[in-house]
Amino acid sequence: MRVISYAVPATVDGAVAILAEHGPRARILAGGTDLIVQVRENLRDCDVFVDVKHVPALTTIELTADGSMVLGAAVPCYQIYRDDRIRALFPALVDSASIIGGTAIQGRASIGGNLCNSGPAADSIPTLIVYSVVCDIVGPQGRRRVAVEDFSTAPGRNVLAPDELLVSLTFPAQPAQAGAHYLRFIPRDEMDIAEVGVAAQVVLNGDTIKSGRIALGAVAPTPLFVPAATLAMAGMPAVEAAYEHAAVEAQLAAKPITDMRGTVEHRKHLVGVLTKRALRRAVERAKGA
Amino acid sequence: MGVSVMTGRVHVTATINGEPRDFLCEPRQSLLEVLRDGLSLTGAKEGCNNGNCGACNVIMDGRLVNSCLVLGVEAQSCAITTIEGLGTPDGLHPLQQKFLEHAALQCGVCTPGFIVSAKALLDARPNPSEHEIRWWLAGNLCRCTGYDKIVRAVQDAAATLRGAR
Repeated sequence: MRVISYAVPATVDGAVAILAEHGPRARILAGGTDLIVQVRENLRDCDVFVDVKHVPALTTIELTADGSMVLGAAVPCYQIYRDDRIRALFPALVDSASIIGGTAIQGRASIGGNLCNSGPAADSIPTLIVYSVVCDIVGPQGRRRVAVEDFSTAPGRNVLAPDELLVSLTFPAQPAQAGAHYLRFIPRDEMDIAEVGVAAQVVLNGDTIKSGRIALGAVAPTPLFVPAATLAMAGMPAVEAAYEHAAVEAQLAAKPITDMRGTVEHRKHLVGVLTKRALRRAVERAKGA
Repeated sequence: MGVSVMTGRVHVTATINGEPRDFLCEPRQSLLEVLRDGLSLTGAKEGCNNGNCGACNVIMDGRLVNSCLVLGVEAQSCAITTIEGLGTPDGLHPLQQKFLEHAALQCGVCTPGFIVSAKALLDARPNPSEHEIRWWLAGNLCRCTGYDKIVRAVQDAAATLRGAR
């Protein structure tokens, strides 16, 4: 049985130095709810657990006066959904954080970890996409920023080099009259992996949709941003016809497969239904409900 | 950067059920292994060992976790509550008492996890609705009871605890 080491850096540079020294077999440990299982089941090589939960930049939530947020990549879900400020500013993130695993998973699992695990059905990534989140990444060459819709590249893969670290996620301030929602379909009530997940965000101008964003989970190799839905909705009154247009674009963009959780046909159907539901709730929230 | 990488057996100090404890563990070992094999706290059970069943749940610094998904080395300086920390044979915790009274168990393997999870719930929400109880306990699996008696036992224990306040 291979020996695994453990490191607890106190700074971002300290963490990056360990990654640079040990190469791809050094693994970032945040909540561990994916990594520990993968290492135990020999699905991922790991020589060093790099526990980043003692690095302040990864464990803090920074809200600025203008309404933007910098979320440390290792902040666990339970800390997100019990934070009234996040509930008010970014409610769709609370939607996601509340349904990733069960209570005990949420005590550990982080949004940054959900993103880095890069599962096609990850419940947080569509939400991050509709909030136009930017990933703050640090490596030996310094800092770079990547739009979250460009982060995942294939199931379980992303743009991070082995010596790079996701430090935080920057949420731009939401405009006035903005609302968002994430929901998914699963065969049971809780504790399951999405057959389809949909996040929607809208910005209203009175009763008109000024702009909107739709992102889908579990219908492509990576979570999917649907720019065509944005175009389809812009300038329309915030009523069913607009949601219908967006839903059609979402269905056209979805490239699902048939697997144990559902068929291509059922997933396409769900994309339409859930896109409309997500938009209805996002509009309600934009109107202050 | 001078970050030390710990290899071999690591010395860990933690507060377990209110008492200072220390132990040696390898970085690959889970907190569950440490509790059961190192500290002889065998109340937490290994069910799935991958975070699905909740039989190993403990409270770590105030939050519910699957101890199979925590490394023993991560417990450094943490406060951990296991089922052994809830009551004694002569002074059962109200949750333990109500699980007995409602016959909310059959084989009993899931019971420590359910009771620890329910304690974390009642610490956070003294008067949960049935839906809140079921949602909170969704990560605890029981193959015997059908859950109904468990939910009733938690509701009854919550009432007892509210009365004692």
